Amino acid sequence: MSTDSLGGRLRALIIGDAQADRVVPPSGFTAQLTLFAAGAMAFLAVFALALSLASGRLADRWADELARAATLRINAPAEQRTAQTEAALKILRQTPGVASARAFTAEEQAALLAPWFGAALPLDALPVPQLIEVIEDDPGYDATGLRLRLQAEVPGAVLDDHTRWREPLVDAARSLRLLAVVSILLIAGAMGAMITLAANAALAANAQVIEVLRLVGAQDGYIAQAFIRRFTLRALSGAAVGMGFGMLGVWLMPAASDEGGFLTGLGFQGFGWLLPLAIPLLGALVAYIATSRAAKKRLGDLT
Amino acid sequence: MLWGKTSEQKLGAAVIELDNLGYNYGGGELLSGVSVKLAPGSFHFLTGPSGAGKTTLMKLCYGALTPTSGRVRAFNMDVKGLDRDQMALLRRRVGVVHQDCRFLDHLPVIENIALPLTVSGRDLAQEEANLRELLNWVGLADRSDALPPELSGGERQRAALARSVILSPDVIIADEPTGNVDWEMSQRLLQLLVELNRMGKTILVATHDLSLIRAAKNQVQARVLRIWDRQLHLAGADL
Repeated sequence: MSTDSLGGRLRALIIGDAQADRVVPPSGFTAQLTLFAAGAMAFLAVFALALSLASGRLADRWADELARAATLRINAPAEQRTAQTEAALKILRQTPGVASARAFTAEEQAALLAPWFGAALPLDALPVPQLIEVIEDDPGYDATGLRLRLQAEVPGAVLDDHTRWREPLVDAARSLRLLAVVSILLIAGAMGAMITLAANAALAANAQVIEVLRLVGAQDGYIAQAFIRRFTLRALSGAAVGMGFGMLGVWLMPAASDEGGFLTGLGFQGFGWLLPLAIPLLGALVAYIATSRAAKKRLGDLT
Repeated sequence: MLWGKTSEQKLGAAVIELDNLGYNYGGGELLSGVSVKLAPGSFHFLTGPSGAGKTTLMKLCYGALTPTSGRVRAFNMDVKGLDRDQMALLRRRVGVVHQDCRFLDHLPVIENIALPLTVSGRDLAQEEANLRELLNWVGLADRSDALPPELSGGERQRAALARSVILSPDVIIADEPTGNVDWEMSQRLLQLLVELNRMGKTILVATHDLSLIRAAKNQVQARVLRIWDRQLHLAGADL
């Protein structure tokens, strides 16, 4: 198929032929069912898309932020804590592959514990270990070597390089994204199946019309076009409405916040808001292909 | 390109040619060894008892059925070798008046008559005058906005005839055009067919109405083909 004929067919599809449209009788109720199905599918697709984008962002952020950070925890009696912290910082600064190392202040530690113990916690009175944030350089440091050296010189230090709990989190976020993508594909497939059923029903209901058209010399392309145009435009308009509602729903969801953790921020960000606009076009494409195939098959069975 | 060949074909070969044709419905042979040539400008009646295969033979002529044996040639083309789009083009050259007319019931008569123009992508505005003239000719000018189910039997037949000739085909195949109409109306329909024949069209009419055939013989040189015992015979002057 040349691009010329494809362009011509697309133009014919969009502009349409008022006369050709009239040869197939209006279908009323089933038309509304197609509209509804396309709308519902587009609505679901918007959420699946939002989920896929958000979980993708989450996976990237976690992988990125957590990969380069590690925590050094110093469990020492209160009187030795300052000395051990100083010693640990000194070691870290000497270690190749460590970009920076910084001891958390008492306020920062209090803020980290606040969600669990409340803001009014007298931190000084508790034997809270000192935390040191270690930012890795590129290439990174040798974790085993660092652990051995710390063990010898700062007995109370424990290096936690986050990999242990980062990976399952990133894996979870990635699986969530995969699930969302699979959902989008399933939605497209289900829509294709529904349009195929609807188109087949319409073709069967109009068997008499098709027979008359064949009798007076209509080519298959002409007959198919009348049905394809109908279903494509229905899917397009139905999906556009569904997408509108879906985007409204996403827009009304609470914005990303620290308190809500990863459950918020499921919406679109920036240019991501343009992505759902592809859903009606995709729906129309699915309808076009489904109706074309159904019409081709059914017309091929006739003489 | 299809249209260009017409004039030279009119001089020589048959418009439609059935060559040793057989047709089997699956429950036994309906037609066998049928050979006939419809010469350009000829007028043929096809007759025979009900169920003898008149409609089947006509459908074979315009490609709505495929023969189980033998060949059908239309305008020097083997119908078997035509793809679906070429078949559609063939049907634009063969005007068919179906036994039960077959209209699009949701469109008014005038749009039904213009349907062959619509589906072949002609500009209806340009054909407006032709269409009006045709409506006058078949006497349906004042019924043009009626829906097909509102028409009487005779009006339906005349509308179907008008539709079959709107593309100015070379052949007109009419299956029992006078089946559901009174004598006066059948005379009027016959008149229209005779006029078309005088304009050079090849006509094939299936009918079991012998008085219609007799009436036609006074006006045109009509040949009568009769299906009898699965074979096609050229009937003698006894009719």
